[in-house]
Amino acid sequence: MKKSEIFALVDCNNFYAACERVFNPELRDKPIGILSNNDGIIVALSEELKQLGIKRGTPVFEIRKQIARHDIRIFSSNYTLYGDMSARVMKILTFFTPDLEIYSIDEAFLHLNGLRHLDLTAYGYKIRNSIRKWTGLPVSVGIGPTKTLAKIANRVAKKNGKLDGVFDITVRPDRDRILAGIDVKHVWGVGPQYANLLHRNGFHNVLQLAEAPQKWIKKKMTLVGLRTVLELRGISCIDLEQDIDPKKEIVSSKSFGIPVLSLQDLREALNSYCIRAVEKLREEKQVASQIMVYLTTNRFKEEPQYANFASCRLPLPSAYTPDFLRAAQTILSGIYRPGYKYKKVGVMLSDITHQSNLPPDLFAPSYLDDRRKKIMDCLDSINHRIGANCITYAGIGKARNWQMKREMLTPRYTTSWDDLPLVKA
Amino acid sequence: MDKYIWRTDDTIGAVYRFEPRTHLLRPLIGAEIPAGFPSPAQDYIESSLDLNQFLIKHPTATFFVRVQGLSMVNAGINPNDILIVDRSLEPVHKSIIIAVLEGELTVKRLLTNNGCWVLAPENPEFAEVTITAEMDFQVWGVVTYAIHRLF
Repeated sequence: MKKSEIFALVDCNNFYAACERVFNPELRDKPIGILSNNDGIIVALSEELKQLGIKRGTPVFEIRKQIARHDIRIFSSNYTLYGDMSARVMKILTFFTPDLEIYSIDEAFLHLNGLRHLDLTAYGYKIRNSIRKWTGLPVSVGIGPTKTLAKIANRVAKKNGKLDGVFDITVRPDRDRILAGIDVKHVWGVGPQYANLLHRNGFHNVLQLAEAPQKWIKKKMTLVGLRTVLELRGISCIDLEQDIDPKKEIVSSKSFGIPVLSLQDLREALNSYCIRAVEKLREEKQVASQIMVYLTTNRFKEEPQYANFASCRLPLPSAYTPDFLRAAQTILSGIYRPGYKYKKVGVMLSDITHQSNLPPDLFAPSYLDDRRKKIMDCLDSINHRIGANCITYAGIGKARNWQMKREMLTPRYTTSWDDLPLVKA
Repeated sequence: MDKYIWRTDDTIGAVYRFEPRTHLLRPLIGAEIPAGFPSPAQDYIESSLDLNQFLIKHPTATFFVRVQGLSMVNAGINPNDILIVDRSLEPVHKSIIIAVLEGELTVKRLLTNNGCWVLAPENPEFAEVTITAEMDFQVWGVVTYAIHRLF
């Protein structure tokens, strides 16, 4: 058994809606819904919208009447804004501990082992108040001896208004009573299927799960489930993940705003995703040797369906965009069938290694010491300085009929000089 | 920490960070270096000037906003100027602040006269606002600099 640990989970409350509110204070008490790509379904809700009984995943057309009646504000997802605000929150967290794992765009685990001598609840409030003041975003802080318990503590902090957003489960003598009041489906790592299995077998609340026999758990829920149970008992099994895993594969794909029929439009979209994927590859100083292309129709519609994929190997590992564009187009020509309404096309790069691991080749210059690398480096640095896609390939077309629909997009308040918030003097 | 780890799909195309990315480099003592001859000034070049470093003390808490309206002209704040706002600072008597007032962002001078807060314009044609408990009021941030175009 390991020595005892202390983790905190810091989680932004209703992050997307909160970001919109910082720059548009008029939204303060309004129910807010943020839409998915292509403005189809609601992916993020403010507390007020949840109160109206609307659930994440609801298609926006289903609530047209309520939108008018309750003055619900609907926005497209402004990922540029959310990304910038998230980076600010994460940076502020590094002032509180150098040991943190950015778990998602709006949550991070903090390792607080070195700070045991402090009143950690007070420290939690310091974190919460700093982020609130510096960025305008509300966060909840949950503290526990394991990551799984920190997650649960965070949930308690969020649900119980009296706690004012901070909860340290390590100092609570009534930990068992608290765990007994929470359904197993809310435990980190317990999906809906395992939750059903647990309910059927009489494990309803978190305390029951923590006390479940290890053998049974291991048999029914594998080692991963056992790890969860041990974590609930206060035995830390899941470490902070700070090292960046070299990516095993890079995927780039988006659903189309409107169904796409023509091969030309598909080609343009595929080129654009391919360019982005290879750009990501270069950002990580990697090369890839394998490319896969897939396309699919909308399986939720009652129309003729078709989906296919194919892949090919490059002669040499590369990060030179034209190599991939050529391969992608060849594959697409092979799997495209006319007459279908396509919903999505995508590209996946795999067999990825770091550029420094490139073996020398006897017969061809490797990507590293080739002029191809110089061209790409030059292109990336220009695009980085002047703006994304300042220089790009003609193959992505001009009309871009296939581009995402984002009709209710708010300004990029923090990243564009033309979009700065207006203040009245 | 200059590398952020993102667990995202491709929906996040670009994440812009607020870090001095464009440096205006102005050597304090500059000298053309003739080929082959070491410049006698070389040892005296101490650093270069970075406007971000000068204007922004707390990058994570700093935001830019654009001015609309004439109520602050006598404080040197004109329409279309860009204000640098530091949210980490505590407002004091006479700070120029960005306030949330009745759902709107506004820039005014804050006066704290014996416990009573007043948002004061810097233009005689505009009226003061005394903050009362019923008002929807909040300090959004403290204005540190105004950027005004002169050409």
